[in-house]
Amino acid sequence: MLTDADLAAIWLTLRLASMTTLLLLLIGTPLAWWLARTRSAWKGPVAAIVALPLVLPPTVIGFYLLVTLGPNGAIGQFTQALGLGSLAFTFWGLVVGSVVYSLPFVVQPLQNAFDAIGERPLEVAATLRASPLDTFFSVVVPLARPGFITASILGFAHTVGEFGVVLMIGGNIPGKTQVISVRIYEHVEALEYTQAHWLAGGMLAFSFVVLLALYTFNASGKRR
Amino acid sequence: MHLPFRSGFIAILAALMLNAFQVYAAGVNVAVASNFAAPMQIIAADFERATGHKALLSLGATGKFYAQIKNGAPFDVLLAADDETPTKLIAEKSAVADSAFTYATGKLVLWSAKPGFIDAQATALKTASFAHLALANPKLAPYGRAAAETLAALKLDVPPNKIVTGENIAQTFQFIASGNAELGFVALSQVWKDGKLTSGSSWMVPATLHAPIKQDAVLLDKAHHNAAAIALLTYLKSPAARAVIQSFGYGI
Repeated sequence: MLTDADLAAIWLTLRLASMTTLLLLLIGTPLAWWLARTRSAWKGPVAAIVALPLVLPPTVIGFYLLVTLGPNGAIGQFTQALGLGSLAFTFWGLVVGSVVYSLPFVVQPLQNAFDAIGERPLEVAATLRASPLDTFFSVVVPLARPGFITASILGFAHTVGEFGVVLMIGGNIPGKTQVISVRIYEHVEALEYTQAHWLAGGMLAFSFVVLLALYTFNASGKRR
Repeated sequence: MHLPFRSGFIAILAALMLNAFQVYAAGVNVAVASNFAAPMQIIAADFERATGHKALLSLGATGKFYAQIKNGAPFDVLLAADDETPTKLIAEKSAVADSAFTYATGKLVLWSAKPGFIDAQATALKTASFAHLALANPKLAPYGRAAAETLAALKLDVPPNKIVTGENIAQTFQFIASGNAELGFVALSQVWKDGKLTSGSSWMVPATLHAPIKQDAVLLDKAHHNAAAIALLTYLKSPAARAVIQSFGYGI
């Protein structure tokens, strides 16, 4: 059945997905809000950059991250100046990679939710002398709640399912960067099919349950 | 308005299909272990000039090729990174008996992208003055196993969290070449060209520190009548091919 290393991979994956989702909500919310409200000429280019991870092969993202995080890359030189060393092969390196990789899965549902609110509730709030910040937390966040839930679930699930990026920048260190998907890959490559089945089957069940919850929730949300 | 578009579409479709047939009919599909990529690209070009047969190379890990071949992958020849996989394929009747031979003996090298980082005594390795040492996964790759054997023979106890493992030797090279790992064990062929190191610094791992890395080629069962595949295996033993193999630092 599951070995200690398998359990370590599961625990690591859950930690990675939680941290990534949290950061993505913090980064994605203002970004999605700006994308939903702005009339700037930058809207198109920024939206395109946010959507890039949807179409790029994970190996491309992973390869560029490896180069950027490395000692000669932009992020690598920055983290070295801070005395942090290279982020590749570390948990935080994986977090950076996952944030990039799952960005559209959080930003796009949020942006759609913000778009759907429209001008009217904001104008009403303004006439009642609500400050922009007050409006955001008292009006926008409650109205966009389904968007936040969709964004969190998709961001979390997509990070759990991440493989190519982690393979490229992780270095497969047990307990540190060896996530479930990489562990499954190693089992398959080493012809340990029984162990691979345990993890792969679990992943399949998990993904189905998450998506089922998401679609059930969305359907009930629409009926209300 | 619609007609030109449609006929254009059909023309493209036809061209694609024709192309697919051509590729399928004329070539030898060769599964090549990652470490042998560079010499094999030269050998394949020479082979095509010499015989008119085209060798189509797929690069990857030997373990993955094994699983793919067992599941019907359309390869004619396997150039493995070890001698166990070809032996196993023959025993399981997935490869032609007696067709296996050692086309190259791999050499392991400790390499860093930084010039001067590794000296003649491999001090950097022995004093563990690094944040990350890269090696291919010993469970999956012969060069990884040789690297692990070398660490054991040197009685070096590198903390597990300082060791990063690549899925194959090409990925291991990438970790080091990008500077994310200061040093690591790669195949000499990856950093060696025409009798000298292409960049960085290195330490040749003495062959006594690990079991020999015998890399065997084998004719796969589905290609046992494929003249082009048989010609390629013959060509690999020719003096011209051997000269290329040796120029990348392999033993024969």
